[in-house]
Amino acid sequence: MAKMNMLQAINNALDIAMGEDDNTLCFGEDVGHFGGVFRATSGLQDKYGKSRCFNTPLVEQGIIGFANGLAAQGSRPIAEIQFADYIFPAFDQIVNEAAKFRYRSGNEFDVGKLTIRSPYGGGIAGGLYHSQSPEAYFAHTPGLKVVIPRNPYQAKGLLLASIRDDNPVIFFEPKRLYRASTGEVPEEDYQLPIGKAEVLQTGSDITLLAWGAQMEVLQKAADLAANDGISCEVIDLRSILPWDIETIANSVVKTGRLLVTQEAPLTAGFASEIAATIQQECFLHLESPIERVCGLDTPYPLALEKEYVSDHLKIYEAIKRSINY
Amino acid sequence: MSSELYNDGPIVHRPTFIDGTSVEIPELKILKQDGSTYDGAELPDMDESLALKVYKTLAFHRVLDERMVASQRQGRLSFYMAALGEEAASVGGAAGLKSQDMIMSQYREQGALMYRGFSLENFMNQMFSNEKDLGKGRQMPIHYGSSELNYMTISSPLGTQIPQATGYAYGQKLQGLDEVTLCYFGEGAASEGDFHAGLNMAAVHEAPVIFFCRNNGYAISTPSDEQFKGNGIASRGVGYGIKTLRVDGNDILAVIKATQIARKYALKENAPVLIEAMSYRLGAHSTSDDPSGYRTREEEAKWQANDPILRMKNWLLAQNWWDEDQEKALFEKLREKVLAAVKVSEKISKPHIDTLITDVYDVPSTQLKAQLEQVKVHVNKYPEAYPFTAGKF
Repeated sequence: MAKMNMLQAINNALDIAMGEDDNTLCFGEDVGHFGGVFRATSGLQDKYGKSRCFNTPLVEQGIIGFANGLAAQGSRPIAEIQFADYIFPAFDQIVNEAAKFRYRSGNEFDVGKLTIRSPYGGGIAGGLYHSQSPEAYFAHTPGLKVVIPRNPYQAKGLLLASIRDDNPVIFFEPKRLYRASTGEVPEEDYQLPIGKAEVLQTGSDITLLAWGAQMEVLQKAADLAANDGISCEVIDLRSILPWDIETIANSVVKTGRLLVTQEAPLTAGFASEIAATIQQECFLHLESPIERVCGLDTPYPLALEKEYVSDHLKIYEAIKRSINY
Repeated sequence: MSSELYNDGPIVHRPTFIDGTSVEIPELKILKQDGSTYDGAELPDMDESLALKVYKTLAFHRVLDERMVASQRQGRLSFYMAALGEEAASVGGAAGLKSQDMIMSQYREQGALMYRGFSLENFMNQMFSNEKDLGKGRQMPIHYGSSELNYMTISSPLGTQIPQATGYAYGQKLQGLDEVTLCYFGEGAASEGDFHAGLNMAAVHEAPVIFFCRNNGYAISTPSDEQFKGNGIASRGVGYGIKTLRVDGNDILAVIKATQIARKYALKENAPVLIEAMSYRLGAHSTSDDPSGYRTREEEAKWQANDPILRMKNWLLAQNWWDEDQEKALFEKLREKVLAAVKVSEKISKPHIDTLITDVYDVPSTQLKAQLEQVKVHVNKYPEAYPFTAGKF
């Protein structure tokens, strides 16, 4: 075990993936010599050469189109989009191409070896173009997998699983935690399952669900609620698509209450999908309406970021609202 | 294949490549670093008063950048982007236009906005995201904009303004206005699909737009030789059938001359022009960046010797339009003014809580109003957690 921050854990996973397969490549804007603007790919060009780890021109649609071609050919591309806010020029290549490659060809061709890494999320005074959480757009696209880790250990295990998964995976990295989140991470190879939520804290009164950077906030709210004698079951969804309905439903059957929180705006966010599914699965077990604590239905602000975000206090209030319903 | 679209060469009977770099592109240079002009150089239309306005704008630009980078280092400002060493491109571009022309920029062209007269207070209020910011404190520092000054508010995503500039200019043409649109972008952004869409549509639809590429050699850490091949961005203009000029971007007279000519042509012919201004980003990409990780001091030193502001000063001295005392007094006064403005702006309150939901639509929806009410109730319950807005509504 070694103490790593999330960037080091991601770098370590990329190193393992490139080390085990000569056909694995890492590329994107500033990814080569510089090691990426956050340094997630630091040292990889030195170790594996310019032909496998390199800077691309500044064109997101090109990066993902190029990656689709590589994956179709049999290589294993790991493409970086510098900020999730800048993934949209590649939307066509992701949504119409990567996600539908296998389906449209009757499995004659696929881009299952594709992994797209991208830092997402707020809390860094980044305003509307360096803070977005676009997971719901991609969750609406059959054919993709969407994975979001909460800490360094999870990041390494889930990234290795994403790289080796035989479907295109978008791996959103909570950039607020890149250096802030540290923990023990095994130096050897390991994988964590995609599509499986993790129960972090068992409880009996309410189920609290989130993913990525929001887990830290959720835990803080659970701790506040514990002071009031409220027993919270805390779950990290880890994988947005596919998502682990069973673990969440089992928990809600037990607690009778569910709160889902996300950084992204409320309307048509992934929390809404969870709420719809769980009310169907657990209707007779619910003691109160499912709570969604989300960003407002506005772009991500700058000066009033604190007021906008789903912070621990808003979650804590929602927990009490649900309990006292 | 003969058509007026094609400039057919000779018919050949053996395969004959055209080399990807074979397009030769002249580069306009008027002013030498010592302040003298090249023999036979055609100077821009510029009298003493315009020359001094341009120079004072350059000086303001240099001082503001220096001070704001320092303020960021002191923790007073979250972020800044300087344009050190390439100020002539943005200031010169604006100086070659008329005030009614629209400017759409990327994010390193604050010089154009300075030239247009955006006040020091306006710059500061934007950077400190306070309640006096025209953009209502919503964007990161340096994302300025002013409808009064015909300067479109900056958007962080790269290249998006390029096809927009084409559309804007097409509208200007359709309405018969004495206006063009000038669109700034970097050589890195020229890799984006939007660049190609914007140029092609401007050529096809004959829009009076000036595409102004600041080729400063770097897109964050990526040098231009890893960004594109071929003869720079200018060769792309040729490919799209667009009149193209390359200029020394550190030569303010060449930049102004090129923009003046481009404006005349765009208006008269209803056609786009591409200008590629060759320069160098002497500073970091932003205050979040450290260029020592990807380039050498020696490389930077070469470009320091090409300082565009010093070059213009040398020219002004040679014209007897400027002297060293004026120089010293100007820079001292600017430094004082900028420091004083920082102290004022950083203390101004953040925008009102109601601005959370305004401007998402023309009027806030019922849903948004309800969301705002929930936030207000919550802020009142935990005022200590929301110091910017608590007790202020």
